[in-house]
Amino acid sequence: MNVLDIIKPENQVFCKTKLMTDTALSYCPGCGHGTAHNLAMEVIDEMGISEDTIGVAPVGCSVLAYDFMNIDITQAAHGRAPAVATAIARTWPEKYVFTYQGDGDLAAIGTAETIHACNRGENIVIIFVNNGIYGMTGGQMAPTTLEGMVSSTSPYGREIKSMGSPLKMTELVANLPGVYYVTRQSVHTHKHARKAKKAIQKAFENTRLKKGLSFVEIVSNCNSGWKMTPNDANIWMEEHMFPYFPLGDIKVDGKLK
Amino acid sequence: MTEEIIIAGFGGQGVLSMGKILAYSGIMQNQEVSWMPSYGPEMRGGTANVTVILSDERISSPYLKLFDTAIILNQQSMDKFEDTVKPGGILIYDPNGISVHPSRTDIEIFQVEATKLAAEMGNKKIFNMIILGGFLKEKPIVKLENVIEGLKKSLSERYHYLIPLNEEAINKGMSSIIPYKAKEKVIQ
Amino acid sequence: MSELKLMKGNEALAEAAIRAGADAYFGYPITPQSEVIEYLMTEQPEKRTGMVVLQAESEIAAINMVYGAASTGKKVMTSSSSPGISLKLEGISYLAGAELPAVIVNVVRGGPGLGTIQPSQADYFQSVKGGGHGDYKLYVLAPASVQEMSDFVEDAFDIAFKYRAPVLILSDGLIGQMMEKVQLKDQKTRLTNEELIEKYGNWAVTGRKNRERNIITSLDLQSEKMEARVHRLMKKYEQMEKEDLRYEKILCDDADYLIVAYGSSARISQKAIELARKKGIKAGLLRPITLFPYPKQPLFELADQVKGILSVELNAGQMIEDVKLSVEHKVPVEHFGRTGGIIHTPEEVLEALEQKIINNERTRHHKTRESSIL
Repeated sequence: MNVLDIIKPENQVFCKTKLMTDTALSYCPGCGHGTAHNLAMEVIDEMGISEDTIGVAPVGCSVLAYDFMNIDITQAAHGRAPAVATAIARTWPEKYVFTYQGDGDLAAIGTAETIHACNRGENIVIIFVNNGIYGMTGGQMAPTTLEGMVSSTSPYGREIKSMGSPLKMTELVANLPGVYYVTRQSVHTHKHARKAKKAIQKAFENTRLKKGLSFVEIVSNCNSGWKMTPNDANIWMEEHMFPYFPLGDIKVDGKLK
Repeated sequence: MTEEIIIAGFGGQGVLSMGKILAYSGIMQNQEVSWMPSYGPEMRGGTANVTVILSDERISSPYLKLFDTAIILNQQSMDKFEDTVKPGGILIYDPNGISVHPSRTDIEIFQVEATKLAAEMGNKKIFNMIILGGFLKEKPIVKLENVIEGLKKSLSERYHYLIPLNEEAINKGMSSIIPYKAKEKVIQ
Repeated sequence: MSELKLMKGNEALAEAAIRAGADAYFGYPITPQSEVIEYLMTEQPEKRTGMVVLQAESEIAAINMVYGAASTGKKVMTSSSSPGISLKLEGISYLAGAELPAVIVNVVRGGPGLGTIQPSQADYFQSVKGGGHGDYKLYVLAPASVQEMSDFVEDAFDIAFKYRAPVLILSDGLIGQMMEKVQLKDQKTRLTNEELIEKYGNWAVTGRKNRERNIITSLDLQSEKMEARVHRLMKKYEQMEKEDLRYEKILCDDADYLIVAYGSSARISQKAIELARKKGIKAGLLRPITLFPYPKQPLFELADQVKGILSVELNAGQMIEDVKLSVEHKVPVEHFGRTGGIIHTPEEVLEALEQKIINNERTRHHKTRESSIL
């Protein structure tokens, strides 16, 4: 059989996500960001809302999200994406507005903006990628770094007494009345990625129905920052991250689970 | 014509609103006006003062050192502002609560018993309008009808029923203001 | 026609924002500018024009909300006072870097630190010499009356959109808190979303419809591209200097001595030159209306005519540096100004002019030197 007989539209089982650009991802091989980007873009494409979606990129590894996502995006100052998104959603109430933020951005420097956008129940989607470390700046301790976890600024492991406990931002915002949907997912296996996609879809549906804020945490890995192979990083994530950051819905349709 | 006025007293005495009514009255007769308050964390009971200027020309500085008229409503303000009246200018005060009376002889001094009169009229809030009436008797820089128009502008509509009372208070002030002859300070 | 009202500077500014057809205001309370957001909340412009008003959780959030709305081509404003502006500087730098139009208002109070809530002009350096990080400038308008607090809002928006750049209105506690007669402009209609997309769709993020995607960012990791961005900014600033410089000369034609002052100090100094002329001193006033661009050339020319210049500012001496740069040592330049929230009186300014300029040895020496050349 000739190869060209196989390459036909009717035989296609997989293709590049339509809303992803041709720019090569700058993420490390094995990083969850690429999958998370893909899922968000798939949802926006499938919902047919790409022309009405405005994204807000953070500071962190995904600072260049606008290079990869083929939609209108504005790039926010470190931690301020929820404030930026607030203004866009308020002045363009018919648009779909989402932020894409990491743990340092959302749960450390941007804590105030996150809490208050959630508390006001802004009609936006927050996609929060939590890998327990500052990836872009070279592996420093994040607010979500686990106890005992080694980073370049906790070289002897995170010590709770002096450095505080890893922050469960997602549980925290779930308690705010303005927040309509809170879930924690992961994207390291097909099965998990499919569930995460459903969660992102639900989040954008909530925007469409003007239900208020939807918050999707994606627990992810950072094999470079954790100094592991991609596979080991995923195993470590399952063994250590998931017990502290358990996957599943936390708040659905405005009700805590 | 340019009239530079300082009004000073306690917060809550209607110092700022008296200035505002005066400024609005000026606008009603096409004058340039400025109203520059002292502002700060002090509220009711603290000191408050406002510089009001009415002029036929563009007003340069809204903030001044010397004034044509000082309207003084408590002792702290007397201590602070008696000396800021230009020679030949006027000082109007309510003697209520004043222990050290003004002593300058190069200015004209007047008293209005506004606290007492307001109590007699049964409404302490019209205190400042009595004072304003006294001032307008000595310095008729704005017409009474423009003051009433100014009042309408600066009072919200639900208080417009109080305008006749305010007018009565202004008239009361006009008829009650009396000159005061300062006793020169004895230098010991 | 337009209405005549007695208003506080802060209120006139807020009303002017509604009438200029602003789409949004984001702010955070701080004395002495809280009247701006109080007025807007009371007026409910959402009902009048559809303008969004939101009290943010901080000045930082407020300026980033401005960034968000500006990213989409909306006419957006924020206001604060000195310590709050310090917090906003990161966002202002981003606005400049990302080339976004926005209006920022600083009703200045005394500093440094928590300072005082009383009027001051101590944020001159912060306003015209950058303030935030990076190679950028702000177009800075300095109102000196309640009327200008009102008028400059629309002017500021026009400049912001002409250059796609943040514009600062640099007021102070005196201008913000005082009341004067103000002639309000007629209501301008806000752009519809369709009109906005038509006008700004070539750069604003409004949803990628019938075009390539738009990206708003201040980041260029490639140095050559970043340098090109900086050069683009510098070109805007050069154009501002050529096309949008504003200043006012008062009694300068025959002046022997010159005061340079902006904002509230200009008002006080105007009275001081009136007092001076009553004493037979020929004093004039140059009032920069824009602090960037700065009236360098007019000052340079006046320096050939006058014997000395006094820079009057409510600070410890900031604008004097620009006066000195402008006159290139042609005449003596001195500074006078009170700080800490104390406002200098016209009499104090006149006294300073006499002591520091008229009776200054260098001014006298300068006179003789000049006459010896002649």
